[in-house]
Order: sequence, then structure tokens, then C-alpha cells
Amino acid sequence: MNDKVLMRGTHIIGETAVRSGCRFYAGYPITPQNELTEYMAGAIAKLKDGTFIQAESEIAAVNMVIGASMAGARAMTSSSSPGISLKQEGISFLAAQELPAVIVNSMRGGPGLGNIAPTQGDYFQATRGGGHGDYRCIVLAPAYSQELADITRRAFEYADRFTTPVMILIDGMMGQMMEPVVFPEPIDPRELPPKSWVLDGAKGRPSRIIKSLILDVVKEEEHNWKLYRKYENIKKEIQEAETYLTEDAKLVVIAYGTAARIAKGAIKRVRDIGLKVGLLRPLSLWPFPRRILDDTSRFVKEFLVYEMNTGQMVEDVELALKRSSEIHFYGRPGGIVSTPDEIAKVITSLYYRRHLEED
Amino acid sequence: MTAQLVFKRPRYLKKTVFHYCPGCGHSIIHRLVAEVIEELGIGEITIGVPPAGCAVLAYDYFDVDMGEAPHGRGPAVATGIKRMLPDRIVFSYQGDGDIAAIGTAETIHAANRGENITVIFVNNSCYGMTGGQMAPTTVVGQESTTTPGGRDIKRDGAPIDLSEMLALARGSVYIERTSVNSIKNIVKTKKALTKAFKIQMSGLGFSLVEILSPCPTNWKLSPLDSCKWIDETITQTFPLKVIKDETIKTEL
Repeated sequence: MNDKVLMRGTHIIGETAVRSGCRFYAGYPITPQNELTEYMAGAIAKLKDGTFIQAESEIAAVNMVIGASMAGARAMTSSSSPGISLKQEGISFLAAQELPAVIVNSMRGGPGLGNIAPTQGDYFQATRGGGHGDYRCIVLAPAYSQELADITRRAFEYADRFTTPVMILIDGMMGQMMEPVVFPEPIDPRELPPKSWVLDGAKGRPSRIIKSLILDVVKEEEHNWKLYRKYENIKKEIQEAETYLTEDAKLVVIAYGTAARIAKGAIKRVRDIGLKVGLLRPLSLWPFPRRILDDTSRFVKEFLVYEMNTGQMVEDVELALKRSSEIHFYGRPGGIVSTPDEIAKVITSLYYRRHLEED
Repeated sequence: MTAQLVFKRPRYLKKTVFHYCPGCGHSIIHRLVAEVIEELGIGEITIGVPPAGCAVLAYDYFDVDMGEAPHGRGPAVATGIKRMLPDRIVFSYQGDGDIAAIGTAETIHAANRGENITVIFVNNSCYGMTGGQMAPTTVVGQESTTTPGGRDIKRDGAPIDLSEMLALARGSVYIERTSVNSIKNIVKTKKALTKAFKIQMSGLGFSLVEILSPCPTNWKLSPLDSCKWIDETITQTFPLKVIKDETIKTEL
């Protein structure tokens, strides 16, 4: 049995990646995520069959991941917001060439250089493709240390299963926070199912091509529809969210990642004074867990979306619930981490507007 | 007298008609690379990385595993492949804009890390596929669609000596500049390519062959005049020579 250990978030992702058979990591220094790069340097150095490269740029790092993925390896890169912008070219190619890879974005204040404080300003970039072209990335947003491990393992599985890039969205707070975690059993990458498309030399088989240039518009259209069908399939398969105290709730807060932890603290506080408030926490940001939102909206008609930005995920919530529910938004951009008390005040003021007499 | 086969399609060129313009050097270079791969017996362990540019369709011609790289990122993609499959032979095939402008960083750092890959750098002194704009290698005075009146050092900067720069990189082992503008130079190019691949097979490190290649379409010259123009003009800026060879004392 695996023991519980205390570890910081970035290290949990790194350790789980290695345990999930990741044998290639390339990265470039940027705060707040350097501890992940450093952990991978150490962890891969201990392996006989792994490669760690400190790349000359974010662009080079993601392109090395493309190469490693073409060669069949489970491969990962990580960065923070400005660096993720630079990687978008490569992520678009990963999506187009249908290559698995895991990309970690430890979001920081922005736009531009911004700052290194925790934010959720990259939601649009992550869930709308980010790079050029009509594609999506699977985007997973953990909030707890154990989830960092569980989601990292799932990210590699999804990437291989759907041959597509998967992004894990965290922030510097989650990366630094130390909590107990139980790691999944290590996987020997040689025992993973063989991939039928790997470029390893055409020995005893026809030569293979991995490419994204499709000059024939009819074929390119079909390639886009093929990706679309894959994304529709992913939407059916992946709908992840936690619901907390929603059964009797009159108001449900929707938040993910660090914001969800703060919201949970706020909900505990307002529950103490009798307010029936719950939390819906998406774990998969793309696909957005619409089914779980729909289920919740059957008995809750009022939602508060709380994000550490000026309002991005709220658009997905509106798409899902605008017809059935009232949707409020509260957000603080730029690296401001609200306290649970602050969010509790927002919840309370909204709640009493409607529910004071009933209660 | 019985008929004797003296010339055939190399094993590792597919039976596909090249899309390249008449007189373009890519067709010759593709053939040379395929011949070398066949002669070295590495066709079943070779993975090629084509660029963005005229040679983007190289995967339609080479009958080995091919993985397309984004523009300029060939050496980074090749690095990823080679590091995970160190016993395979990995080459990137790149044009001058790909390798010496948008992909300069990837190229220099792959060379400096001493990545055990082979880079084929086709220098036709212009952006061919996009219609003949100025490349980093466009020579001074050369007309292009973005250097009307000819490349002017004051306005456009000087052509870049990428191969010479790469020779300074500590990890590069062998760098030679050749051309395919004459029979003699074609033979020399094949020799250089053979050597570059052998260096990789011996695990010695980064090898690169820069090949001056005619682009009659964008130079607005006949194929023959293009070959002549390489001799008379381009080699004045980019002389044909072995730029670096660390293997002199090594048995390949």
C-alpha cells in the first residue's frame, strides 16, 4: 500500500507524471512553476529511460515534446501564462497531428508580464483552443493536492486515449501548497498499450507520416470534422465536477481551482448562519461539465460564479444555464486572492436579496 | 549485349512525381539523401523531419517515417525524437528561412547541445514557397519581392552566415557547405551527406550540410543560368568548403 506523504503541488504533479510513465520533459524557467521543472530534472535523472531537457525557449520545449510524442513517449511540458502563450503554436500542432501530450499551466497575473500571483486569467485561452485553428484541448483544473496526483494520472490517460493534448490548469498557490497525498502505483511505460502511429523507423511495415498540412480543402474539412467527432466523443466521456452541499441549496456558487477552495471556505461560514448555499466545482473546464450544471439547475435557480478574473468561465455557465437560472458574477483579477470572508459577504448580500423572508 | 541497369529510383524515394519547379535543387537533394540512406542501410531506422516551406511535402517523397515540424522547429522536434529513440537515425530537412530566421534559436541550441542529429540545410537565398521574399541568406544586391532594387545592407542587414555561426557551437561536429549546381558539386554533396549521417551513426554529435540550391522560378533565371549564378554570385558570400570537421582524427 502507498503511504501518505506531504509534498508541494508542483512536486506532486512531477512525481505523478513519472509514475504515470512520463519519460520526456522539456521546460523553460518561468515563475510560478519552476519547482516542477526542477523536480522533473531530478526525477528523470534517476531513470534509465527518461530525458529531461532545459530548453532554450518555451517554443523549443513544446516542439521537443512533439518529437518525443511522435516517438511514442509519454511527454510533458509546463509553464506559466506568458510561456503558455508561446507554446500555443506547438499545442495547435499537437492537436492537428493528433499527438498526446500533457501541458501544465500555472496561471499568473496578466495580460502581458503581469505578475506571479495566482489568477485564472487564462481560462479562455485554455478552453477555446489557445492556438490557431478549430481545435480544443482537454483542460483539467484540480483544487486539492490529492487531485493534483489523480488529475495528472488521468491527464496522461486521456492524452493517450484521445491522442490529443491535455492541459492541467493550476496557479502558484496550488503549486506551492503542501498537503498530504497518496500517489498512484508507478507504471512502466513499456507495459502501456502500443501506439499504432509511432515514428520509430519503418522496419517491416510501410513508412508513416505525421503531419498537419492538408492542402486539399476537402480533405482538410474532413480532418476538421474528424477532430470535431473526437471532441464530441470527449464531451460525452469527460464531464467532471464536484458538488458540495447542493442538495438543499437555494444558491450555488460555481468556481474551480483555488477560487473553489476559497468559495468552499465561504460556504462553510454562511452555512453556519443558516444560509442554504452549495458549491459546484468543475474539474474538467473543457469539456465543460454541462450535464452536472443541468442536473443542478433542476432544483437550484440562482448561481454565483466566482473567478479570479473579470469573468471568463461565467460565459460557459451562461451558455448552460441562462434560460433556466439567474446568474451572478464576482471576480477579482490581477492576482488578488479573495478571503473566504470576502466571498461570504458577496454570497450573503446576494442571498438575502431573495431569500430573507422565506428563511 | 545485354542491358545493364545503371540508374534507378532509390529504394527510399516513393514513386511520386515531385512538385518542385523545373531546375529546383530540392529534387536532386531528395535523391541524394535517399541514395545515402539506402547505401548506409539505415532506411528502416530513419525518421525525417520536414520543414515548413518548399520542402514541406518531403514526407510525400521519402519512404521513411516522417514527422512534420512547425516552421523553424525541426531541430527541436528532431531532438525529442532522437532522445527517446537514440538508436534511430534522425534528420531534419530545412530551408534557409526555416533554419536561419524563424528557427535560429532551435538550430543554434540543438547544435550547441551536440544533439546527435543530421541537419540538411537547403540554401536557395530566398523564401521560395511564399513567392520569393528576402531570406536571411539573400545576398547583397539580390532582387527579391521584399528587396526591390536589391538587398541593401543599410536597410535590410547583411546575409547571415549561419553555418559559420554553428561552427562556433561547441556541440557541432561537422559542418560543410556544398552545392548541387554541377555534377562535380552533386558528387561532393553526396559525399558530405554520407559523412554527416555516418557521424550520427557513430554517435559523435551534431552534423549539418548546407547545400546551395538553385531557385530559377524566384531568381527569374533559367535553370542553367541559376547554376551559373550560384558559382558567380552566391558562392562569393557563401563559399563552398568544410566549415568544421572534428572527425579528422576519428575513424568513421
